[in-house]
Amino acid sequence: MSVAHTPNPAVVEAGPPLADAVIDVRDLRMRYGDKDVLSGVDFQVRAGEVIALLGPNGAGKTTTIEILEGFRMRSAGRVSVLGVDPAKGDESWRARLGVVLQSWRDHGKWRVRELLQHFGTYYAPFSTDRVARPWPADDLIETVGLTEQAGQTINSLSGGQRRRLDVAIGIVGRPALLFLDEPTVGFDPQARREFHDLVHRLADIDETAILLTTHDLDEAEKLADRILILAGGRIIADGSADALSRRMSTEAEVKWSRGGEMFVHSTVDATAYVRKLFEQYGDEIGDLEVRRASLEDTYMELVRQFESGGGDALIREFEESGR
Amino acid sequence: MNVSTTPIKAGLARGWIETKHTMRSYEGLVGFLAPSVIAMVVIFFLRGVDIEGAPVSLGSMSLPSLIGLNVAFGGLLGVVQTLTVEREDGTLLRAKTLPGGMTGYLVGVITETSIFVIFGAILVLVPGLIVFEGVAFDGPGSWLMLAAVLVLGLVATMPIGAVLGSLFSNPRMLGLIMMPVMGLVAISGIFYPLGQMPPLLQGIGQIFPIYWLGLGMRSALLPSDMAAAEIGGSWRYLETFGVLGLWAVLGLVLAPILLRRMARRESGSAVAERRERAMQRIT
Repeated sequence: MSVAHTPNPAVVEAGPPLADAVIDVRDLRMRYGDKDVLSGVDFQVRAGEVIALLGPNGAGKTTTIEILEGFRMRSAGRVSVLGVDPAKGDESWRARLGVVLQSWRDHGKWRVRELLQHFGTYYAPFSTDRVARPWPADDLIETVGLTEQAGQTINSLSGGQRRRLDVAIGIVGRPALLFLDEPTVGFDPQARREFHDLVHRLADIDETAILLTTHDLDEAEKLADRILILAGGRIIADGSADALSRRMSTEAEVKWSRGGEMFVHSTVDATAYVRKLFEQYGDEIGDLEVRRASLEDTYMELVRQFESGGGDALIREFEESGR
Repeated sequence: MNVSTTPIKAGLARGWIETKHTMRSYEGLVGFLAPSVIAMVVIFFLRGVDIEGAPVSLGSMSLPSLIGLNVAFGGLLGVVQTLTVEREDGTLLRAKTLPGGMTGYLVGVITETSIFVIFGAILVLVPGLIVFEGVAFDGPGSWLMLAAVLVLGLVATMPIGAVLGSLFSNPRMLGLIMMPVMGLVAISGIFYPLGQMPPLLQGIGQIFPIYWLGLGMRSALLPSDMAAAEIGGSWRYLETFGVLGLWAVLGLVLAPILLRRMARRESGSAVAERRERAMQRIT
């Protein structure tokens, strides 16, 4: 996958919409009063892709997602979600979307199975030969690992169980596109791992495109095919975690031992450094370990560069590398 | 499966499930029973209080009025309360994420509210018919009258409840709505004949549905010569249906506009913001 999907703005104006795009956003702008929250956001998402939208608080992540969900009107720009302008989406469009938001505490008296069965009924008219809707409640409950809690009231669920129910509600209509807002907050490590497996399964088997926001960069790296970083109302980076870290030429850490002593060295070109190391010491080298910069390192570096005023240069750099 | 009827069916099911949940919970059951039971006890002691020149006691006169009041309260406040609370806890936003979810949600609210109002009416009516002298059904006409006033009362009050509920986003503002409603109850002839109040209060009382719901219920359940105790010495059927009908039209015109506005404004960040505000009040 190439580093930058951010198209050249000059091409955007005339460019035709991407044929297979699940989400196609061109020059999206949002203004509250005299404050620009989004100042020209561009990105595309294809079927089955998992995209993580990252960015500092207040960067406009929530605004972007709410516009795509059809919950908020935009100030300007072209937006297409499942081939429809979200501002004009009808119920059959809504039926192909799944939304998992933060901080639910509704339906506390309902039981898990009862609620999923009830919500499922809304999707039945939108069932097609290719996608049977809704997802049968018990099957879905098993998929999100709530079988033991199926008969419990929602008030009695733990935070992690409640979150898994939120996800189940988000996918009960077997959506073509799923929005996940901070999906694993409050999960224990095992629940988190199970949730990650679920996301992969949805994307692989059902070709569900997933757009998630998270502050957990490790999670973004594990889940996402592509990372979008939103800062200052624009996408400042777009690519796989690997590509981003290579693009940023962040330093990798090389560890080795020689003569019973441990050594650590940071370098931009780890391969060349290790080659030199072996040329020099050959068999003396042991315990070799090369750790590429994590997404977190890359992210911090990107946001730092952006905030120190290099925003436009940074965006240009990504655009050029995409050609 | 039909695209347009599915949300309505889902809403009916939803209303019934919500009703069961409320009935099964302690606070829900007490909240439903307590006001009627307390009012019944008060009226019970008014059985011996006679009104000058009237063939039935003040207690018997108040009982049908109480049924009317319950319809007004249940219809109006039931909807206001549900909308404000469920907007804050995210129920409404959840409905918005479902195809046809808003329709289903509203049908659910209407269903649940109607069930409670009808149960509430039966709760007062059955002991009333047994214990209170002069409270009786005088043929099928009376039944029909009671049913008609009840249904029209729901149609007149629930949309107004929806209008108020969509204007007030904060459940703690409910008190603000309650106060004028309580004032209206005092001048609606529920517990004291409106005809014996100053003309200005009579005028105000007759603008609002509570008085007419009480009058309609009295006309259905009391002996016909009791009409003499009413304003104008008549049951004024035409005026009853006229005023309730006008409120119904007003509500049905305004409610969809305001509900649509309310639904449009609902989003994850809006819910989060309200939650934040609520948290600040607690700490």
